[in-house]
Order: sequence, then structure tokens, then C-alpha cells
Amino acid sequence: MDLTPTPQEQEFRDQLRAWLADNHPGPEPEGDVAGFEFRRAWQRRLHDDDWAGVSWPKEYGGRGATLVEQAIYNEELARAQAPSTANVLGLAMGGPTVIAHGSEEQKRRYLEPILSADEIWCQGFSEPEAGSDLASLKTRAVRDGDEWVVTGQKVWTTLAHHAKWCMLVARTDRDAPRHKGLTYFLMDMDQDAVQVRPLRQITGEAEFNELFIEEARIPHENIVGGEGNGWNVAITTLMHERATLAFGLQIRVKITLGELLAEARESGAAEDPIIRDRLAQLYIESEVLRLNALRGLSSIMRTGVPGPEGSLGKWQWADVNQALTELAVDLRGPRAVLDDDRWTYRYLRARANSIEGGTTEILKNIVAERVLGLPRMR
Amino acid sequence: MRFELTDDQQAIQRAAKEFLASRYPAEEVRRLALEDDRGFTDEQWRAVAELGWPALVVPEDDGGLGLGVVELAVLQEQLGYALAPTPLLSTVSAALVITAAGDDAQRTEWLPGLAEGERRGTIAQLPPAGGLEGGDAADGALTATLEAVPDAADADLMVVPTGHARLAVVDMSAAGVTIEPVDGLDPTRRLSTVTLDGAPSTTLAAPDAVALAHARDVIAVAVAAESVGVAQRAMEMAVEHARDRKQFGRPIGVFQAVSHPCAQMLLEVEGARSAVMFAAWALDDSPDEAPLAAAMAKAYASDAGRRVPAAALQVLGGIGFTWEHDLHFWLKRGRANAAVWGDARSHRARVADLLEL
Repeated sequence: MDLTPTPQEQEFRDQLRAWLADNHPGPEPEGDVAGFEFRRAWQRRLHDDDWAGVSWPKEYGGRGATLVEQAIYNEELARAQAPSTANVLGLAMGGPTVIAHGSEEQKRRYLEPILSADEIWCQGFSEPEAGSDLASLKTRAVRDGDEWVVTGQKVWTTLAHHAKWCMLVARTDRDAPRHKGLTYFLMDMDQDAVQVRPLRQITGEAEFNELFIEEARIPHENIVGGEGNGWNVAITTLMHERATLAFGLQIRVKITLGELLAEARESGAAEDPIIRDRLAQLYIESEVLRLNALRGLSSIMRTGVPGPEGSLGKWQWADVNQALTELAVDLRGPRAVLDDDRWTYRYLRARANSIEGGTTEILKNIVAERVLGLPRMR
Repeated sequence: MRFELTDDQQAIQRAAKEFLASRYPAEEVRRLALEDDRGFTDEQWRAVAELGWPALVVPEDDGGLGLGVVELAVLQEQLGYALAPTPLLSTVSAALVITAAGDDAQRTEWLPGLAEGERRGTIAQLPPAGGLEGGDAADGALTATLEAVPDAADADLMVVPTGHARLAVVDMSAAGVTIEPVDGLDPTRRLSTVTLDGAPSTTLAAPDAVALAHARDVIAVAVAAESVGVAQRAMEMAVEHARDRKQFGRPIGVFQAVSHPCAQMLLEVEGARSAVMFAAWALDDSPDEAPLAAAMAKAYASDAGRRVPAAALQVLGGIGFTWEHDLHFWLKRGRANAAVWGDARSHRARVADLLEL
């Protein structure tokens, strides 16, 4: 047990902190288009100094950072209240998937524009009839010479309206067992056969979309990880989503909780013994989330695979963030009926936490079956 | 940054696990809990002493091994997992407090004997029911009724808080000391009512508020670590049952109404383990973080230690409610641990204070 940073880790932190102090672009402007362009400019600035893909190999524009350094990176960006990047899914999922499963040619072609945000990525996994049961998806791809012809529908496609590339999982073999007949494609979004329709959320925003795909064409060379291997490749993407995003998210929770504690101190709400108890419990849970994440990193660094803590993180994060925003709204008292407050937004947005990126129920199944070794449901 | 045990710490963990598994199978835990007059045997105590466990956190200058709280937590988790009935934690607790508040002569008098296991100690934790007399004078004759003193019947000395960060040591064989064993919730940790009637005492001469607070936090984290082991074992019993037990033609673990509570157990066990290991490390190496870390660990592990066995009982169904099944021993220890050295609510209140809420 030694939770003090090594000299290299400390140097990494100091260097990044200094860079952030010099380069922070200030608060994000209002509005979808202005906000997106602002995030794109911010990502370019990060990339110019090699801060966009810290965990990626140096030869592809990354820094080859260790897992602990990645954790420090996420921590420092959150602490500095740095804006989000424009190409969130490309950085967190698409790039790591290409690095893990792509050919050398694909790595040379796709990685650099992800880092520079010149090409935005989206993820075409879920369908109207294939949510938690992803392997039942129906979008079909049929070979036609050097191309595949794709028809189907995708949903919850974040960033599709900005995206150049879609990580698309489609069924290429209808006779194979359902997990085996899937293939992972990179689909060019710039074609008339792909129609994007925004979906409004309960917050009023439209972060995500529906995709209608009618005989879209994908060159054969855009398959990642081989024909029929789409399930394995998709799982890599999802594991990266849960592991990498979860680490950054737990830090955002701590910052949000810090705001809530400050407000509760100032308003005197923290003197109420029940509120006090709930605030303390939230603080403890947010710390447990952080400590589990750190423990998970050490275990991955030793064994190369995520330990049980990793599978729990996303589930626990959703629980904590929902409880936190719930308490924040409680603290408004009767003023909670007004929709004039950032807590109202956060409360509503947090409802999705236990659904997006794997529902809590599916995560519990994973923990029960793969960590505890309980018999499989199916 | 490495949030995992070192090779040496893993060796302690492995050795403890193997020793406890061979010496304290569930039948032996049951026998000691229900049939043995003292709840442990001299032979068992000698074996524990030979392993150096009572000496673990006693400083080397005082005849101990001078190891850290992380090592103690590692050991305590295994003791909770095996649920080995032993007066070890009581002896360690007395030694920790004497280390924090005794002067050189007092440390030399008591600590080597406690470290070697030649003497056993305990500490009174509940405030005396009808107040305490004689605590104002140094080495005063004490009069008090002390309830629920753990492992008192076989202790050679007892530490008694006498008010305002003052502590005294009482020789249990002295005149004026009466020890009355009482039934407790947890039969694997024996309790007594100790009556002092003008009993001679020795005031610990060098009380240091910071050192004492540290010692109390170490004891609280040691109890919390034990609860992690308790919860881990209860979870394993539930999971094993959910795999084996068939209803409606299938193992009940396929039903999410059963498997999801099992997953919740893992969430709580792993969370408690992280909180305890962090607190143990902070008590050793990061004093500024230690009070908050210890309060968080005891709060979270208290809840896990009582909730996980209760959830496990629900998974086991009727069999888990029977005297014959072993689960109830772990349930009772988890429940009892949640109540001592500060319950979850009082530690959350401490967390709130430390956050300046």
C-alpha cells in the first residue's frame, strides 16, 4: 500500500497543471453549435501539445501514459473545470478500439483525425428492439463486391449530427449463432443513405439521435477486427467506455458534491441532522467510488485485466450521482418547483445515468455472472 | 501510487488465512462459541502468540514487531472471515492505548508482556452506567460498574477511561475487581460486567490527545476490517447457496431477485474493503487524512458488516434462519461490530464535522 505519487507521477501532474493554467479557455458558450465549436477548438489546443490522447501509443500521437497518469489526467482536467472535448466517443471508445483491433493501415488512417477533432465519431450499437439485449440487433449488412450494403435503424446515437464516422455493429451472417454473425464497421456518415433525426431528452436538449440507414455503402476495408468478430470488438468498446469514462465521472461527482456542500454550509441546511447525515453519507460514497477506481487501476496494472472493482464503478457512480442530485433538489425546499436552477438540470440529466452505457440491471447481471460466478440467466 | 498490498503484506494475509482455515473451521467456531467455558483454549492462544499477532503493532522498542495499521487490517479481515474466537483484538486494543498514553516505565511494564502473549488485556468502552468514582486522583481507587467489557474474564489487565482523556490500568486480579460473564449478542466474543469497588488503578502518565485519538481510530479501523471479512464470508455463503439450491427446476441464482442482491453484497464488500485499506494506510502514512479516512471506513464497514449478512440470510431462506446453519454467527458479529467504537451514524456525524459542515 502506497498512495503517494511516484516522482514521475508528480512530475506529470505538475506539468499538466501548469499547462492547464496557461491554456484554459474559460467557460463554455451557450447553444449547441457554439458549444460544439468551442469544444472542438479546445480539443485542438489539447492535441497541439499532445494532451488529447494521453494513454495512446506515442507513434499515433499519444503520450503512452500509464493508467495512473491517465487517472491524474482526468483528475486534473476535472479539478481545473476544463471543458469537455468535442470528440468524446472517438477518444474514449473509437480510438482505443482501433488501437486494440484495427490493422496498421486503419491506425494510420483514423487515429490522428480523432485526436485533432477533424473527424467526429459516433456509436451505432443500440436499436429500437435491441437495447440491453444488444446481440439481438437486426441492422443487416450484405456483401456486394468490395462493399457492404447496410440497412437498418439505430438509436441513442450521441453526436451523430456532427459525426463523420459511425462505429456500426451490423449482422453479416443470419445463419450464425447470434453473437457470431455480427461485424464491426466504420461507416461514413456523409451519404444520403444515412438520415439523422435528433431525439429530445427530458432535459429539453438533443444530445442524441436516431439513425435511419437505407442501403448505405461501406468499403470492405472498413471492417475492424474481422468479419463475424463484431461482438468481441464491440465489447472492447463498451469496456473502454465503462473503465475510462467512469474514472473521469467519479471526479466530476466530487466536484458537484463540493458545490452542494458549500451551498449547504452557506444556507445552514447542513445543520439539520438528517441532511447532515445524508451529506456525510454521500461524501463517503463518493470517496469509496474514488478509492475503488484507484484500486482498480492498481489491479489492472498488475494483471492486465480489470478486477471486480472495475465492473462496479459505473453502477456505483450512477447511484451516487442520482442520490446527490436528489438531495440537491430536496435542499431547494418549495423552490424546487421552479425550473431556474442548474440543480434542476442535473437532477433530470442524472436520471439517464443508470441507463446510458449499460443499465444498472445489466451491470448487476455482469457482476453476478462474471465476478461472483452465479449461473447464467440464459 | 499503488493501491494494493505489498508482497510482505500479502504473505501475512496468506499465512493468516491458511492458519485460521486449519485451526478454526466452522465446527470449531461453533464449539468455542456454544460449548467452551472461556471461548478459546490456552493452546489456541499460545499458537496466536507464537505467530506474533499480539506483537504486530506494538513498537519494536516496547518488545513488539512495530508493523503498521495496514498489516493489522489485513490480519483483522482474515480473523473476521474465519470468525476465530480469540481475545486478540482486546489485547491489541489495550496495547495501543498504553502505547499512546503510558510513560516509558509504564510501557516497559506492560507492553512486552502483552506483545508476547504472556498477558492479555482489554479495554472498557461503554461509559460506566452509574458514573465513576476515584478517577480524579492519580492512581486512585476506582469504583464503577463497567458493562460489556470484551474478553474481560480472561484478561490480566483492563484499560478504563476515567474522564478528560485520562485513562487508568486496572489489574484484574486485584481486590475490589469482580468479573461477571454476561450473555451477549455475539457468542464468539465474550462479554462481562466488571465491577470495581475501590479497585487499585494506575493512571497512564503521558496521555497525548492526538496519540489517543489515533489509537482509537486504529481500533475502530481494526473492527471495520474485521467486518469486511465477516461480510465477505457471508456473501460467499449466499453465493454458494444461490448456485446449489434449485427451485422451479433451476438454481435460484439465475433469478435476478436473488442474483442482484448478491451483486449488491459485492458492491458493499469491495467498497468497505477500499475504505478500510485507505484508512489503514492513512493512519500509517498520511496523518492529515487519517481522522476523516477512519471515520469513513468505520461508517461504511459498519453498514456493510450488518447489511451483507442480513441480505445473505434472505438468499439462504429458511435454512439461514436455523441454529444449525453457521451464518448466524457471522450475522451476529457483523451486527455487534456495527455498534462498537462508534456506530455508522456517529462516524457520519464526525465526517460532517471534519468537512466543517
